[in-house]
Amino acid sequence: MFTRKLLQAGLLFGAIFTTGYLLADDHEGGGSRSLAPVTQPKWQAECASCHMLYHPGLLPERSWRKLMGGLDKHFGENASLDKLTQQEILQFLVANSADHNGSRRSEKIASSIPAQATPLRITETAYFQHKHDEISASVWKRPKIGSQSNCIACHSGAEKGNFSEDYVRIPR
Amino acid sequence: MTKTFWLILLILSANAQAASPAEALQGYTAQAKQENPAYKAPSASKGDVFFHATHQLGNGTSVSCATCHTANPRQPGKTRANKEILPMAPSANTQRFTDAAKTEKWFRRNCQDVLERTCTAQEKSDFIAYLLSVK
Repeated sequence: MFTRKLLQAGLLFGAIFTTGYLLADDHEGGGSRSLAPVTQPKWQAECASCHMLYHPGLLPERSWRKLMGGLDKHFGENASLDKLTQQEILQFLVANSADHNGSRRSEKIASSIPAQATPLRITETAYFQHKHDEISASVWKRPKIGSQSNCIACHSGAEKGNFSEDYVRIPR
Repeated sequence: MTKTFWLILLILSANAQAASPAEALQGYTAQAKQENPAYKAPSASKGDVFFHATHQLGNGTSVSCATCHTANPRQPGKTRANKEILPMAPSANTQRFTDAAKTEKWFRRNCQDVLERTCTAQEKSDFIAYLLSVK
């Protein structure tokens, strides 16, 4: 009798635990599942003076190399840096890029990009498009969102690498 | 290794040397006089015209400094990517023109974006004189 009760309790506990574990797939604190927050003073100062800070794990190494090699024509603006700063930031971006940081989200982004492609926009990747396929054009155009490149409008933890579905809040 | 260390130290100390907007103005004025001996003194009114003047770019769009910085240098502006820009007038933002390397970096970038060329020392001098005159 007692053994049976114990077995039942164990089964119940195990089921709850497993469910939690499976649900945690897209959660923060899932170790290498989500992008780890990263810091680098020059990256933060230089790359966030005109736009939100994009996590290095959102693009592969070849994309960062191409982007940092064309800062004088950065999406239509001159964002050129002195050579030393440019090199330092590039090294940091490469070390934490989608193909080097080891997180599962980064791996999925990297593997969604064809080998011969070098996207400069995160929004061009198949991973991004698949993840956002339920968002209609009118939602993107809401004043508080504005464009697909404004991650932080809905993912408040975007600059820290938190893109977990649990924290998404789409502004009205 | 030691060489790198001293180089870094030198760069750090050069950056750490906080300058005032008045010193920045002085520096550009001296440079302007060198470039053009006829240049006597910075003109705030010329800087005012420079700040608000619109330019037709090669791609057809019209831009001015005020496009991002707003027509009032005491007000915060906004980049195309929706990020706030602190006010340009030192009377509204005490950090403005206190870091020579930063000042040069933004002249280099923004002159290219708005004028599609580099700015002359005379333009920079008049520009800062105007912003200092805005109270």
